[in-house]
Amino acid sequence: MRLIRNLIRTPEGAIGLGILALLVLIALLAPALSPGDPLRIAARPLLPPFTDVNFPLGTDRLGRDVLAGIIHGTRTSLAVGIAAALAAIAVGLCVGLAAGFAGGLVDEALMRVVDAFQIVPSFLLALAFVSVIGASVPVVVLAIALGAWADPARLTRAQVLSIRERDYVASARVIGMHPAEIAFKEILPNALPPVLALSAIIVAAAILTEAALSFLGLGDPNVVTWGSMIAEGRNILRSSPSLSIFPGIALVVTVVGVYLFSEGLTKAIAGRRSEA
Amino acid sequence: MNRALRLIRRRAISSIPVLLIVIVLTFLLLESASGDAVDAYLLSIGGGDATVAQSLRQAYGLDQSMPARLWLYVSSLAKLDLGWSVAFSRPVLDLVLERLPNTLLLMGSATALSFGLGSALGILAGAKPESLRDRALSTVSLILYAIPSFWLGLVLSIIFAVQLRWLPTSGIETIASGKTGLTRAADIAAHLVLPVAALALIYIALFLRVTRAGMAEVWRLDFVLFARSKGLSRARIVLRHVARNALLPLVTMLGLQSAAMLGGSVVIESIFAIPGFGRLAQEAVSGRDAPLLMGIIVVSAVLVICVNLAVDIVYAALDPRVGVSESGG
Amino acid sequence: MSVLCEIRNLSVTYRGQKIPALNGIDLDVIAGERLAIIGESGSGKSTLARAVAGLLPSGSAMNGKMRWSSGHPLQPGRDLGFVFQDPSASLNPVLTIGEQVAEGARQHLGLSWNRAYSQALDMLQRVHIPEPDKALKAFPHQLSGGQRQRVAIAAALAAKPGFLIADEATSALDMVVQAEIVSLLDELVREAGMTLLFITHDIALASGFADRVAIFKDGRLVESGPTGTVLAAPQEAYTKALIASHRDLSTPPLVREVAS
Repeated sequence: MRLIRNLIRTPEGAIGLGILALLVLIALLAPALSPGDPLRIAARPLLPPFTDVNFPLGTDRLGRDVLAGIIHGTRTSLAVGIAAALAAIAVGLCVGLAAGFAGGLVDEALMRVVDAFQIVPSFLLALAFVSVIGASVPVVVLAIALGAWADPARLTRAQVLSIRERDYVASARVIGMHPAEIAFKEILPNALPPVLALSAIIVAAAILTEAALSFLGLGDPNVVTWGSMIAEGRNILRSSPSLSIFPGIALVVTVVGVYLFSEGLTKAIAGRRSEA
Repeated sequence: MNRALRLIRRRAISSIPVLLIVIVLTFLLLESASGDAVDAYLLSIGGGDATVAQSLRQAYGLDQSMPARLWLYVSSLAKLDLGWSVAFSRPVLDLVLERLPNTLLLMGSATALSFGLGSALGILAGAKPESLRDRALSTVSLILYAIPSFWLGLVLSIIFAVQLRWLPTSGIETIASGKTGLTRAADIAAHLVLPVAALALIYIALFLRVTRAGMAEVWRLDFVLFARSKGLSRARIVLRHVARNALLPLVTMLGLQSAAMLGGSVVIESIFAIPGFGRLAQEAVSGRDAPLLMGIIVVSAVLVICVNLAVDIVYAALDPRVGVSESGG
Repeated sequence: MSVLCEIRNLSVTYRGQKIPALNGIDLDVIAGERLAIIGESGSGKSTLARAVAGLLPSGSAMNGKMRWSSGHPLQPGRDLGFVFQDPSASLNPVLTIGEQVAEGARQHLGLSWNRAYSQALDMLQRVHIPEPDKALKAFPHQLSGGQRQRVAIAAALAAKPGFLIADEATSALDMVVQAEIVSLLDELVREAGMTLLFITHDIALASGFADRVAIFKDGRLVESGPTGTVLAAPQEAYTKALIASHRDLSTPPLVREVAS
């Protein structure tokens, strides 16, 4: 696929793809890289990092392996980030398409709902949602998606509105193409690229929101997450800051990877369109 | 001035249905919680029997049907009654009014800092696109943008408060210090340095990138070439022609980011133990206090609406093309 | 009849392009004359204008010589004014008309803002803008296309340069407005004794007021000389074709009607 080739040609895309590929690999191979339950007590508590080759990053207050936590935490962060972004974009696309095509009262009503979801701070919404329904991975995914679907919806609708008026759509109508066919063959492929570029941003935001939620104790208590590790480390910040620092670095690397990938993707898409 | 008033009136009218949607949806969400405020209250006081629960529910109107209770809530809102906080045993409005100023101070400072520094750095980067300075700033801003603000708060806390002991670790001012006037202001400022920095850094990076992108776009426009053909100084072209136009999208962004910043203040205030509105939200969640949470969400929505309105007025003042079609002038 | 600018063997290639936009141009610009550069799109006429003004995009390769009578290239704004094709794009949408006309005067004549603004008012009157005092505080989007081009001309001439370059200055305007702008340019240039370089694709428009014409094609100078001479007795085939292809109301129709 030419798109992927263009992507790798940009430095941002190459580095971003590299980082993400590495992370996905770590997430998939976590049980092999770090066997056993990461939340089990593995050694004596508060082992400093870089001292024991079996526990390169040390252990926390309860004696849990920090490196194991980071490796397994990759699964949660990536899974929640990607799932939440997919859900948000799916809902956003549907609502945006519906509003853009229907027009009139339906459009107005849907846009007021979109406004409502954009006005409430998405973190507060996620907070309220998780606290009411209960903290588990699916609920966290849904909570983050609820706060994130409004932007893709607005963007999709704007795209549909502008493309609807273009000449090639008018000519498709003139030659008698069925409206649904026009929607899927002419409008959707051209409406997608900006939404795709936005999707990487949504993944990054979702990963950070999940971390913040579990930092506040609202994540799933049964899985290990980087946010909860940072929260754990907060209790002994003065004596063992590394417990909070390492998971944070993992977060930064992940999000940087997503942003670089997104920039590379945007450039590759723009390049493809100028070629076409 | 007329344009501003027209804008305010239009915006106020169109905000009401949106606010109503927020209220109804939040109400429905909090309804789906198992157990209501009375259950939570009884839990907090160590249990109680059914008759006590029943009489409490009657007193608070919690035994009525949902639509009735929704109507009751909305009509109370119109009288600025936000309900009663179960966890604090005080009116929600009092709590909100008490905590909001601290958060506004935090957010206001963070916004000013990020707008000022972010746009200045963005103009510096965008003055010479693709230069070394530009690339360096772009790379740095990308990394900064990826840092979670709560983690940054902890790291800053470790470095400046714990290790170096330059700044206090928590609170908004030294308790019971009896300071007044300027010394009190300085005390509060010292307490706010780290939280504001943690909150603002991400937005500095964002505004830098947006300004820089805007500068790159505007440089290519014809009126910049015309300005060059008039032989104007580089400083004047960069500031009065390019930046003046490139900053317009940034102003719009300010409005959009206010909601996100309010959400971010929740975690920052928790880390730095600042008695603010954001922290109140976290306390409402841990205290299972649905009325308080409801009130917080409604007030947040109103706050964001007001900020967006202010931003739109400022934008209209900066861009003479806005609002022309309606006035027909 | 002094030569303002002597152009010898000028070639310009834009960054990333293989084919030069201008190839070996030899041309003299005489002080005080009105010289029209005529050509179709891609002929290099705009490139010549930019090269003379020193406004080529960065990365362009320029070879050959341009000798100026003053000994150094003319400074944009101070010695040289430039008017572009699209008046809507030439003006900054968020600044007032007054500021955009005054800033050139302030920069090059060393005037205070007050003096520069009264100079701007004067310029707006000279380009026949109605209600110039109101126009000073107005914004570009409040004016029509023709008025915006007048403002652009006023802004380009605010510092009283001696050389004006008009790059397709009328091409984006309606026919009637075109004639008005051309006569305005003619009037301004005559009054101040300025040199005018008028770029256009419309040979009829140029022939109306230019002293000399230079015909360009594919980056090369085809023919040049006094307007009357070139039009009456064109030497080159291309010049003949250009003149012949000019259509007005007296030429016979292109498509013959089919008898029904």
